[in-house]
Parts: sequence; structure tokens; C-alpha cells
Amino acid sequence: MSISNPTLQLVGIVKTFPGVRALDDVNFDVQPGEVHALLGENGAGKSTLMKVLAGMYQPDGGKIVIDGSPVVMRTPLEAKQSGVILIHQELSLAEEMTVAENVFLGELPKKRFGLVDWKTLHQRVYVILNKLNCDFEPTTPVDSLSIAKKQMVEIARALTHDAKVVIFDEPTASLTDQEKVVLFDVIRDLQADGVGIVYISHRMEEIFHLSNRISVLRDGTYRGTLMTAETNEDEVTQLMIGRSLSYERLHEHVETGDVALSVENLSCGKLYQDVSFEVRTGEVVGFYGLVGAGRTEIAETLFGLRKPTSGQIHLQGKAVDINSPVEAIQFGLSLVPENRKEQGLVLAMSCRDNMTLPQIDALTTGPFVSGTEELKIYNTYHDQLEIKTPSWRQPVQNLSGGNQQKIVIGKWLGMHPKVLIVDEPTRGIDVGSKSEIHNLLRKLAKSGYAVVVISSEMPEVLHVSDRIVAMYNGRVMREFTSDEVTEDNLIQAISGLSDNNLKVA
Amino acid sequence: MSDIAAQKKPNVALNWIIRNPIWVFVAIIFIFFSFASEYFFDAQNMKNLLVQTSTIGLIALGMTLVMINGNIDLSVGATLALAASLAVSIMGWPMFDSWGNWQMLPAVAAGLLSGIVLGAVNGFIVWKTGVDAFIVTLGAMLGVRGLVFVYTEEQSFYAANFAYSDFGSSSIGPVPTLALLFILCAVAAHILLSRTVHGRNTYAVGGNREAAVNAGIRVGPNMVINFMIVGFFAALAGITLSTQMGASTPNLGRDYELWTITAVVLGGTKLTGGAGNIIGTFGGVLAIGILRNGMNLMQVPAFYVLVILGVILIAVLYLDKQLNRKGEEELRL
Repeated sequence: MSISNPTLQLVGIVKTFPGVRALDDVNFDVQPGEVHALLGENGAGKSTLMKVLAGMYQPDGGKIVIDGSPVVMRTPLEAKQSGVILIHQELSLAEEMTVAENVFLGELPKKRFGLVDWKTLHQRVYVILNKLNCDFEPTTPVDSLSIAKKQMVEIARALTHDAKVVIFDEPTASLTDQEKVVLFDVIRDLQADGVGIVYISHRMEEIFHLSNRISVLRDGTYRGTLMTAETNEDEVTQLMIGRSLSYERLHEHVETGDVALSVENLSCGKLYQDVSFEVRTGEVVGFYGLVGAGRTEIAETLFGLRKPTSGQIHLQGKAVDINSPVEAIQFGLSLVPENRKEQGLVLAMSCRDNMTLPQIDALTTGPFVSGTEELKIYNTYHDQLEIKTPSWRQPVQNLSGGNQQKIVIGKWLGMHPKVLIVDEPTRGIDVGSKSEIHNLLRKLAKSGYAVVVISSEMPEVLHVSDRIVAMYNGRVMREFTSDEVTEDNLIQAISGLSDNNLKVA
Repeated sequence: MSDIAAQKKPNVALNWIIRNPIWVFVAIIFIFFSFASEYFFDAQNMKNLLVQTSTIGLIALGMTLVMINGNIDLSVGATLALAASLAVSIMGWPMFDSWGNWQMLPAVAAGLLSGIVLGAVNGFIVWKTGVDAFIVTLGAMLGVRGLVFVYTEEQSFYAANFAYSDFGSSSIGPVPTLALLFILCAVAAHILLSRTVHGRNTYAVGGNREAAVNAGIRVGPNMVINFMIVGFFAALAGITLSTQMGASTPNLGRDYELWTITAVVLGGTKLTGGAGNIIGTFGGVLAIGILRNGMNLMQVPAFYVLVILGVILIAVLYLDKQLNRKGEEELRL
């Protein structure tokens, strides 16, 4: 394609958060009528960049240029008025209102006295919906629509404005194959109208199918732009992860001990069915699958947060019934949850207090909590896990993601669990701390814990696990030993089918 | 800007002030009224002030716990009225006539127990139904006030035993007994909140309920105990208030929930839970007490006092937000 003047240009964008440089000198541009894919691992800075583009974050450095003139977008509304529209991964619709109201939310056409001009509203929305080939009415309530149709409502919203750039953030994450075809048609129509498209996705085949150019971010830095027609998946992947595809595996053949946890035919309604596996002391068992495959739900069941509909859980050979986290902890189970800020930490509390939270009952002298006992525990794990913080008094919200995660892990080590379940151990953590956490998990297994790691990142699972359980749609598809697993057979197992079913015309 | 580079770590005292700006405010208005009114800085007035603040103060201690917990209790005013009515009327029951001064014992016990029971009921409903504490205690506020009118048949009661009202005006040494009681309760509440497992769990539950559940904290019982504590303190406040008057009326304690929440919020406790402390609440209670007392001495008409208090509430919280935002940034450096 010809290189014309870019609609949108980002030059040297910098954005920092406490402890993290989320974006460092990032360059990016979009031509009118092109699909520019943005790729990067989790935590590479894609979402931050998009939020800067959509006016939700202010960059600390660099400039944004639209149609040749620099702009400052302080709010999402200003971004919208500049012609930049973000289609969120998590849709942001007012569920209780109608399609038409959502499409023109905040900008409803008015009659005299500020009354809503329903007739004009419905006509205009009707035209847009027709253009998108939608089969629902402007008056349909949004909460009765499927996710794919809700996404269309979001796109319709973009079309009410003179959209110059439309950003799609993981748009196909929860769509069926047919729905994807419809979405891709819409994207092509937008492209034909001269709109620049930014397409963020993990799915390589979609990117090669749709895009004109591919830009790659890694650890918040810009790694380069490739013409889609002149590159291949390997080259892109290398750029993305900064190394070749052969992962160094951390595990040596370990002496595994007794079965610490065994699960037989465990089911929980529609969430997962007939799940069986074993974890021995001294080993790391990885659970890999797409989001929604039921992995987190299994962990929640083991931790007493969900009630299984059938099946058996054995801990050290004994059948147990786990009804609450309190009981799970007593049985020697612990869970490092997937969202550490929402589920794992009391952010305003100090490092020490978070660390001792599950066990302060035991750290008392008389009726009072003993600060010295607490500090003893804190220091033990602070040193063992190499947590970096100026003082134990620091509220955990001031720590970086990696150190926060170590606090959560330390919290459980203090309880001397037998089974440690870690859900997404390195989500939102920078690369340096990632490998620290990985080494830590290996070390813990070696020192006699049975470790379960749930992860959506393949390199991570391959990296730390002795065995890998592959899940798809609530079922265990296959269990691999580290010798038999390859990326190919693992991907096949977690996509449920053997071929990649995205050969769209 | 060179002063940015020259900025040093704030020292401990400054940090404390940033976290408890209300005490600066208390100091300012204290000095202001000392100069503005010749009657303000006077031993007798100071005693009055402490006794006046003790009623709201006692409730505020319990309210602090409930609000740090992420809940709220709007029924404290009604609970206060019920406890006061029970205590004053039971004292006069003929069956206790022969008990002498001991007739106050079952009366006070019944009053306190009613507060604890009402708190437990509030707590259990919040725990078991999952309905927001605001709604549950709003219902309780209406319902309990209704019960007070049913029980009293819209009558005021007068204390049968004069020792009861003597207690309200008594002093231990130079300090009024009620003021001393409030201070002792404040110390106890402070220790409970800052030093015990229950206190720590109270912060954890309010700070992040899901994380608290995941850490194996029994969230429900923790909340019920805090509701029982605020119920107890509301009842205690009802009894101390009725000893001051030697009587109880069914309308006792109207709007007290609002005054209490105002004091607690002024003291830096967050409505969203997880943050706050008794030292701040004590400052908040004093601030309201000094303002009301001082403006009263300066003969500011009562309605203007309300207007001024409303403005000050919003202004102080705005200031607190600004200060704490700055404080956070400094910590991050």
C-alpha cells in the first residue's frame, strides 16, 4: 500500500506508573484505510497505549498528532471529538437502556425544552444499524443482546462520530466463528471508508488475515513495524518475546513425593465437568487453556469458594469436603488468586499486615496482636522472597506488581500449606520480576510444596511445569509430561479441535 | 523548579498532621474561640464541653468501627432512645422498689442489652441477606423509633432514683464522670481497633472484603461484632444522656446518627471503609463540640450554626482530600 499522510501519529510516548515504566518512547502511526495490528505479550503496554490514545491516560512525554496537527486529549470525550474511538475489550454499555439510547449516549438529539427527539434518534440509529447489517431494532434493550451484538452497538456508537481511527481491543475474545466473520466484514467496510483501524489481538491468524502492518511492543518499548505481506509468524513472535521459540525449561527431573492433592471426576455445573488430576509434593503442575476454560473455577472450588456438583477431592489420601476458605486453609490449601489487587491484597494496609493477615489469630500475646511476632514472620519471607520495599510500613498499593505478588505468596508460605495454587502468577508483572517469580515457584516445589500453576501464557506454563493439564471448555483434554509437550500439541489440546478453524473467506 | 529537588522526606510530625488534619483544625478553632469569647477558655466551660461531646462521642467510637468495616449504622439515634427509655422506666418498676440504689443495675443492664441485641440483629441481617447496611439500618432506624413510641406510649419517663441523675452531674476529682467515661471508652476502642486481631480484621474486611474472605477471615461474624459494639455504645450514650436529664423522651437522639457520622467522617474515616482511626474520630467529635459550644457562647443563632457546620464539613473533607493526595505522591518518590 502507498504511504500517505498518517491520520494518527504517536511520537515518543512515555507513560510511567509508580514503580513501572509502562511506555517508553513508543512510536506508532495509522494511515487512513489501513488495519494496523498492535501486538505484544501481556503487560507489554498495549492497553496503556490504547488508553493514552483514547484520552483515558495522559502521557508523561511525547506527542499525539492527528491529521498533521498535535492534539491533547484530556478526556475520552475529547478523544472522541478528535475522531479516535476505542472499542473496549470489556464493553461499556448501559445495559438497562435501549440500543438507540446507547448509541447516542451523552449526545441524544434534542427538541425544544431539552426533550429527547426520539423520532430523529431512532431514524439515525436505524440507518447505522442497517449499514452494519444488524438484525436488531433501535428500541431493543441492550441487556437482551448477545455479546457479539453488543459489540456491534459499540461499533455503531463509533460511527455516529466522524471516526478517523477506530481501535479494536481484543474484539474476538468472546465471539463465535460466525460472529467473527461478521465483525471482519464490518472492519473491512470501515477500512473502505478510509477509517484507520488499530487492531489489538493475541491471535496471530486473525492478524495475518486482516492487517496491513504489524507493530510490536515489548516491556513498554516499541520494537518495530513490519509489513504483514513481507513477514511471517516466526519473525513477529521473535520480535514480541525477544527470543526464539524454544523455551528454556526450568525443571530438572525432581524427586516427587506422595500425592498431596488428588481430584476425581470433579464437576461444577456448566463451569467444568469430570475433571481428574493429581499433584505430588515436589512438583509443579501447570493448567493451561483459554480464558473461560474452567481453570480458575477449579481453583476456586478447591479453595472452598464454589461448591462442586459432583466428584471427590482427596488431600494426602483422605477424602475431604471443603466448604469455605477457612476450611481450605485448615486443610493446608492456599490460593494466590488471579487478581491480586481485587482478591489478594488489602491495598491500604502495610506490607507486614498483609503478609500476616491469615495468621494473626496465632500471633497474639494475651488479647493483643504482637507486632514483634508479626515482624519476625514478615522479615523471614521478606528475605526469602527478596521483596523490595523501603519499609514494612509501606502500604502495598505503593509496591510494584512483582513485589505485590511476592507479598501474596509470602502470606501463604507463612501458613505452611501443603498445596499452593497460584492463579496467573505473573499477570501484569514486568519481565524481570516474572523470571524471579518463576524461579521462586520452582524453588518452592523443590522444598516440598505441591504447586499448581494456572496460566494463560504458554511460555510460562512450559517454563515452570513438570506436568501440564490442558483444558478446553470445562474439560481436561489431555495431560502432558514435560517430555511429550510441544507448543503444537498443547495449542491443539486447548483449542478443542485439531485444526485452526479460522479460515475465513 | 529548584524547590522540587530540595523537597525532603516529610518528618514524622508532619506526616501525622497530614493523616489527621482534623487535629490542626481543632487547635485552630480552640485558639480562635479562646480569643473570641471570654467565656470559652474557662474550667467550667471545658467541663461542659466534654460532657456535651461525650454523647455523640460514645456513639462515634462504635460508628468508627462499623464504618472502617465498610458498613454504616443509621439506627443509633433510635437505639439510644430505646435504651434510655428502658433504663429510666425499668428503674421505676415496683418489683425493684426494695432494691434501693441497686434498682439502677437491672435498668442499666436492660438498656445496654437492648443496644447489643439490636446491633446483633442489624449485623445478622446485613451478613445473611447481603442487603446493604445503609438500607438495613435505615429500616431499623424507622422501626426501632416506632418501637420506642409503642413502648413509651408517647410518654416521657422520669428517673425514680435521684442517684441516677446525680451520676450524670458527678465528678471524679476535677473531671466530670461522663467525660472520664468517654475518654476511657475511647482508649478501649483505640486499643481494640489498633492492637487486637478483631481490629485488624475490621480494617481488612473494610479494605478489601474479597481478600479478607480469601485470607480465611470470617467476615460475617466480624461485621456482626462491630454492629453489636456500636449498638452497645449507642445504648451507653442513651443512658449517659438520660442521667444528664434525669429523664428520657421518646424523641431522644433524633438526628444523632447524622451528627455521629459527621464527626467520624471529619475524623478521617472513609465512607468506603478500610481507613480511619479512633484518634481522628476523637478529633472530629471535639471539632463539632467546640464549634457548637463556641458559637453558642458567641450567641450565633442556632440555625446559622447548622449552616456553618455544614460548610465546614465539606471544606474539611475537601482539604483532607487535597492533603492526602499530596501525601501519597510524596510517599511514592
